[in-house]
Amino acid sequence: MATLTYRDALNQALREEMQRDPAVFLMGEEVGVYQGAYKVSRGLLEEFGPMRVVDTPIAELGFAGIGVGAAMAGLRPVIEFMTWNFAVLALDQIVNSAAKILYESGGQVPVPIVFRGPNGAALQLAAQHSQAWEAWLAHIPGLKVVAPATPADAKGLLKSAIRDDNPVIVLEGELLYNVKGEVPDGEHLVPIGKADVKRPGRDVTVICHSKTVAIALKAAEQLAEQEGVSAEVLDLRSLRPLDEAAIVASVAHTNRAVVVEEGWPHCGIGAQVVDVIQREAFDHLDAPVLRVTQADAPMPYNKHLERLAKPSPERVVAAVRRVLYLD
Amino acid sequence: MATATARSPAAGAQAELERRMLRQMLLIRRFEEKAAEAYALGKIGGFCHLYIGQEAVAVGALAALRDDDYVICSYREHGQALARGVPATAVMAELFGKATGCSRGKGGSMHLFAADKRFLGGHGIVGGHIPLAAGIGFAIKYRGGDEVCICFFGEAAVNIGAFHEALNMASVYKLPVIFCCENNRYGMGTAFERVAAVTDVVEHACSYDMAAELVNGMDVLAVYAATQRAAARARAAGHPTLLEVRTYRYMGHSMSDPLHGVYRTKEEVEEQKKRDPISQLALKLKEEGVLDQAGLDALDAEVRAEVEEAVRFAEASPDPDPAELTKHVLVES
Repeated sequence: MATLTYRDALNQALREEMQRDPAVFLMGEEVGVYQGAYKVSRGLLEEFGPMRVVDTPIAELGFAGIGVGAAMAGLRPVIEFMTWNFAVLALDQIVNSAAKILYESGGQVPVPIVFRGPNGAALQLAAQHSQAWEAWLAHIPGLKVVAPATPADAKGLLKSAIRDDNPVIVLEGELLYNVKGEVPDGEHLVPIGKADVKRPGRDVTVICHSKTVAIALKAAEQLAEQEGVSAEVLDLRSLRPLDEAAIVASVAHTNRAVVVEEGWPHCGIGAQVVDVIQREAFDHLDAPVLRVTQADAPMPYNKHLERLAKPSPERVVAAVRRVLYLD
Repeated sequence: MATATARSPAAGAQAELERRMLRQMLLIRRFEEKAAEAYALGKIGGFCHLYIGQEAVAVGALAALRDDDYVICSYREHGQALARGVPATAVMAELFGKATGCSRGKGGSMHLFAADKRFLGGHGIVGGHIPLAAGIGFAIKYRGGDEVCICFFGEAAVNIGAFHEALNMASVYKLPVIFCCENNRYGMGTAFERVAAVTDVVEHACSYDMAAELVNGMDVLAVYAATQRAAARARAAGHPTLLEVRTYRYMGHSMSDPLHGVYRTKEEVEEQKKRDPISQLALKLKEEGVLDQAGLDALDAEVRAEVEEAVRFAEASPDPDPAELTKHVLVES
């Protein structure tokens, strides 16, 4: 086991997959000469050359479409968006091309492509640069969506995404890139569609993904220390497909749940998770399921307001106390 | 017909090519007429954009390309599919939404695919497939191949961002793509000059340092020759070309739209029909003694029979199995 940052774990995944398969290439803004806006692609241009590490103009729709076309013709593109906020300009290619072509061709034309980049808020970037897009993307049949929280999962899921024959969305995080963690040596693949218990517990399940995993773990620690409450932290890792069995198994065991996400509350990922729980684990529930989300407002610039808008360990602790009827 | 035997081998080959192109244009014309009938009878649903009047573009362009070249189109692509050699039976069955259709009845008129012929759709969002063509060109270059990708789109797509992003990148990366703009003068019911500041599409090529050519789209041989030049440029140096092919659609934008009325006059449509690409080529072949009236009639009868057979096949084919509903959402591993 090596200790790596999330950034370097992604870099390793890209390097290993590009070494393994000559059809894999990376394309996006600043991925080559500049070494990546967040340095995820550091050293790749030098190792693989400009045909496989391709700098693009600022034209998200255009280069996302080039990626889809290349995938239709048999390559395995990895398209980097500097942030998912900019990828909104490319939604036509993601939704109308990548997610549809296999189906509308009656299964003739697969589109093996990865769209990746940081998602959600960083710090004080204001409304247009601080959005979490997973609910939008996970809504679309024809896509897979993963959102790793740790360096090990980042490496394992990105490698699986690149090998997948379908379009896969990989949601990273600007605030995750410096996070360090142990990453298994050698071939390390994390299957798409499998959640992971990041901390076992008995009294309540906190369901989370991406950046909210660290928030949930911190809340679980506080709950254990201050309240004697044992919280299980379930990291979804994949949002489409969703590991419904893991959600149901955990809730059947704890009988209570809180769902945490960075996105807005309306039609969010948490709403989908709650639907699974009420359908498949209704008889196991001892309390209504609560959600912790971003405030239902665009992200403010002011740092105090921003803190109020985001999910936090305190808000998770408060929600857990409510589902345990401690208040 | 007898005079053909007296030709030199080269002239004979040229005559044969022209006869083949005439047959393909006729096939498309008769196919589309039948599609209009079937649409009126409710056998074809949804949107159905006919190609009548524009046959010379698909036929001339695709005759100039190789079987291993790639083709990608907008939603007005019945003609390209037929010219590419997708059987009329499979195309008609797709319009009828049948399991035997070239997209298993799941794509319909706007999403015809035949991967074995490198015919990669049939795309329904105006201009959305132009970057895909650049991507296919990128894949060709990446692998070091000498194929080309041809992309058909209407002049209305020139106003959308995807066109400009794709042309810029195709030029920057030197991709072997032929951007074939079929300028039929109207985006649905809006005349191009009412919504475009630059009405000569070829001029856009200057912005992207790209070779361009203005082509008479009612002359199949002109389209053929221009596409040959563009393909040679792409194969030799990987350079993209923008072709503006001036053509005309006789029918409404789709089957739900009027042929004329508020946006163009009946007289204009009738005037344009005097330049009909099929009549022009038929006349040429008659004048050259390649085909006489009897030969022409026989050719027409042959394609009518082919289209009748396509309709019979489509009618007799089964609907897709209900299990098809959720098949091909993802590649099952």
